[in-house]
Amino acid sequence: MAEMTPTGGAPADSFRPIPPRPPPSSAVGPVRWVRENLVSSPLNVLLTAIGLYLIWLIVPPLIDWALVSADFFGSSSDDCTSDGACWVFVGARFQFFIYGFYPDPERWRVNIMFLMLAAFLVPQFLPGTPAVVRKWLGIFGLTLYPLITAVLLLGGVFGLPAVETGKWGGLMLTLVLSYVGIVAALPIGILLALGRRSHMPIIRTICVMFIELWRGVPLISVLFMASVMLPLFLPEGVNFDKLLRALIGIVMFQSAYMAEVIRGGLQGIPKGQYEAAAALGLGYWRATGLIILPQALKMVIPGIVNTFIALFKDTTLVLIIGLFDILGAVQASIVDPAWGRVAVEGYVFAAFCFWVFCFGMSQYSQGLERKLHTGHKR
Amino acid sequence: MAEPAAPKSVAPWNNPRVRAVTFQAVALVLVLWFFWTIFQNTLTNMESRGITTGFGFLDNTAGFGILFSLVPYDESNTYGRTFIVGILNTLLVSSLGILFATLLGFIVGVARLSSNWLIAKMALVYVEITRNIPLLLQIFFWYFAVLRALPGPKQSLEFPFNAFMNNRGLYMASPDVEPSFWFVVATFVAAVVGSVVLIRWAKKRQDATGQRFPAWPTAFALVIGLPVIVFWLIGAPLLWDLPALEGFNFKGGVRLIPEFIALWLALTLYTASFIAEIVRSGIQSVSHGQTEASMALGLRRGTALRLIVIPQAMRVIIPPLTSQYLNLTKNSSLATAIGYPDLVAVFMGTTLNQTGQAVEIVAMTMAVYLTISLSISLLMNLYNRAMALKER
Repeated sequence: MAEMTPTGGAPADSFRPIPPRPPPSSAVGPVRWVRENLVSSPLNVLLTAIGLYLIWLIVPPLIDWALVSADFFGSSSDDCTSDGACWVFVGARFQFFIYGFYPDPERWRVNIMFLMLAAFLVPQFLPGTPAVVRKWLGIFGLTLYPLITAVLLLGGVFGLPAVETGKWGGLMLTLVLSYVGIVAALPIGILLALGRRSHMPIIRTICVMFIELWRGVPLISVLFMASVMLPLFLPEGVNFDKLLRALIGIVMFQSAYMAEVIRGGLQGIPKGQYEAAAALGLGYWRATGLIILPQALKMVIPGIVNTFIALFKDTTLVLIIGLFDILGAVQASIVDPAWGRVAVEGYVFAAFCFWVFCFGMSQYSQGLERKLHTGHKR
Repeated sequence: MAEPAAPKSVAPWNNPRVRAVTFQAVALVLVLWFFWTIFQNTLTNMESRGITTGFGFLDNTAGFGILFSLVPYDESNTYGRTFIVGILNTLLVSSLGILFATLLGFIVGVARLSSNWLIAKMALVYVEITRNIPLLLQIFFWYFAVLRALPGPKQSLEFPFNAFMNNRGLYMASPDVEPSFWFVVATFVAAVVGSVVLIRWAKKRQDATGQRFPAWPTAFALVIGLPVIVFWLIGAPLLWDLPALEGFNFKGGVRLIPEFIALWLALTLYTASFIAEIVRSGIQSVSHGQTEASMALGLRRGTALRLIVIPQAMRVIIPPLTSQYLNLTKNSSLATAIGYPDLVAVFMGTTLNQTGQAVEIVAMTMAVYLTISLSISLLMNLYNRAMALKER
C-alpha cells in the first residue's frame, strides 16, 4: 500500500503501481462460466444434474437410431437391415411426398411453381434488397403469381395437358392450400376489420357476427361443413371439386383470424392520422387506402406472419376430408405392408419439413418485431 | 355517426348520412338475399335427396357402439344420447388438457428464464420443437408410432402402483369405495372449509395487529393429516381393484384407451409450448425496478415473486392464455383423426353419416363449440377483471 500513495517528498514519476494480479482461475474463462451458469447454487447443481441425465437418456440413443445404425441407401425394405432408422423409405417415397399423384411427365410445372416462389420470397428476407424491388416482388406474389400458378398447375390451356385436382398432393398441395389461404384471406380480412370498426351499425354487426362465428368453431367442423353442407347450399347442377371446397372453408376461417390481426393494427393508429386525412379533404376510401392501411398493415406484419404459420400447420387437417397433403401422403405410405414399421421415419420427415418452414418464418417475424419495436423499448 | 349534420345545399349522394343509410340498406338486402338463396337451394336439394328436415332423428335408435363413454351408453340408445356422449368426451379431454398444459407451460416458461443455462436451453429446445410441428402430426406420432406400436397384453410394460401399458391402453388400479370411506371424504371437505376460515382469520389478524400466524403450513397439515388419521381410525376402508392379466387381456382396474392418451398427450405438449412463451413474456414484461423495489423493502425473493411480480405478470398473461384455452378446446376436435369419440367424431362423423341430417347436425355441433368458447372467454374475462390494474 505504501508505494501506491506517493508521499509529498518523492517525485511524481517515481510512482510505479504493481501490475494488477491475474484474477483467480475460478473467476475467468470456462470455469467462471460454469460456476455462474450451471452450479451457482445447490438448487442449480441439482437442476444441472437432472438436465444432464435427461440429455444422456435422450440424445445418444437418438443419434444412434437416426444416424449411426440407420440405413440410408437402397430402394426397398430389404435394404433396411440394421436396427436404426430406415431412411431408405423416405428416399423411395420422396417423389410422392413432394408431388402426390401429380403425373410424372408434368412435374416440371410444379418445380416451376416452387422456383418462382423461392425467387420472389428469398429477396424479401435478404437485408440488402432495395425497397422498390421488394415492393414489386410482393405485388407480383400477391396478384400475378397465383394466376400463373393456377394456369400452370391446372393445365388445359396453351397445350398443357389438364391435371385434375384430385391428383394434387404432398408438399405441393400443402403450399397451394396455405398460399391461396393467405392471399385470399388478406383482402377479405382487411374488409372485415374495416367493417368491424365502421360507424354503421348494420355493417359492424354483420362483420362481428361473421368473425366471431368462424373464430368460435374448430377448423375441422368448418372443413366438414365445406365438404358436406356446401353441396346442399348450391343450386342443382353446380358442383365444386373437393379442393375448391376445402379452400373455401380455409379462406373463410382464415379471414376471420386475419381480420382480428388487422383490427389490432387499425386500433394502433392515432386518431390524429384520421383527422389529418379528413383535413386534407380525403374521403373514406382514399384516407383508408393512402393513410391508414399502409401504416396499420406495416405494424401487423409479424401478426400476419404468425397467422400464416398457424394456417400452414392447419392445412394438415385436410387429410381428414380426404385430400393428400404432405402428412396425408406420409400417412398413406406408412400403412403400406411392403415396408414394415416405418411410421416414425415418415413422421420425422414430415415434421422436419414443417419445422423448417415454421421455424424460419417465426424467426423472421420475431426479427421483424424486434426491428419494429425499437422505439418503444425501455 | 358523430359528424355534424350536412348543410342543406349538398346533393343527397354527397350527404354522408344518406350514403350511410343507403349503403347499409344495400348490404342488408344482399346478406338477406344470400341467406334466402342458400335456404331455398338447401330445401330443394334436401327434397330431391329425400332428406326430411327437423330434429326428430334425435329420438331414433343409434345402433352403433362408442369406444369410450362417461355415461352409460350402448347401441340401443338414441342419436340424442350420442350427442351427450360426444360433448362429455370433448369436455373431458379438453379440461384435462387445459389443466396439464397450464402446469407444464408455467414450469417451462419459468425454466426458460432460469439462471441455469442448461435448463433454459432445454426449455427453449422443447418450445421450438413442439410449437413448430403441426398438432395433427404430433397426435399421429403418439398414436400410431408410439402407443399402437407397444407390445400386446402379454408383454405389457409394467409401471409402479400396478399400472400396465400395452397396445390396448393404460391399465391402472381403481379404488373400490366402501360406504364408510365417505367419512374420510367428509373429513377432507371439513378440513378444506376449516383451512379457508383459518387463512382468512390469520390475514385479518395480521392486517389488524401485525402478528403473523403460519396459516398455510397449518392448513396444509389439516387438509392432508386429518383425512389420513380418520382413514386409519376407521380401519382403512379402501380396497384397490387391481388390473390382472387373464387370458389374452387385462381384467379389473380402470383402462385408459390409447386414443385418449395420444390426444391428451399431444394437446398438452403442444399447447404447453405456447403457454410457456406467454408466461415468459408476461414475467419479462414486469420491469426490473419492481423486483429491486421489493428487495429494497426487505422482501425475500419468494415473497417478492408471489406478492409483487406474479400479480403484475398475470395481467399480461391472462388474455393470451384465454385464447390458448379456446384453441385447445377447438383442437380437441382433431380426435376424429385417430378415432377418439369426441363430439366431432361421434356426432358430426358417425351420426351424420348414418342420418344424413347435415344441416341440423353441423349447426348443433357448431353451437356447442360456440357455447364452450363463449363460456371460457366469459370466465376468463371475469378473472381478468379481478386481476386488472385498479386505478383510483
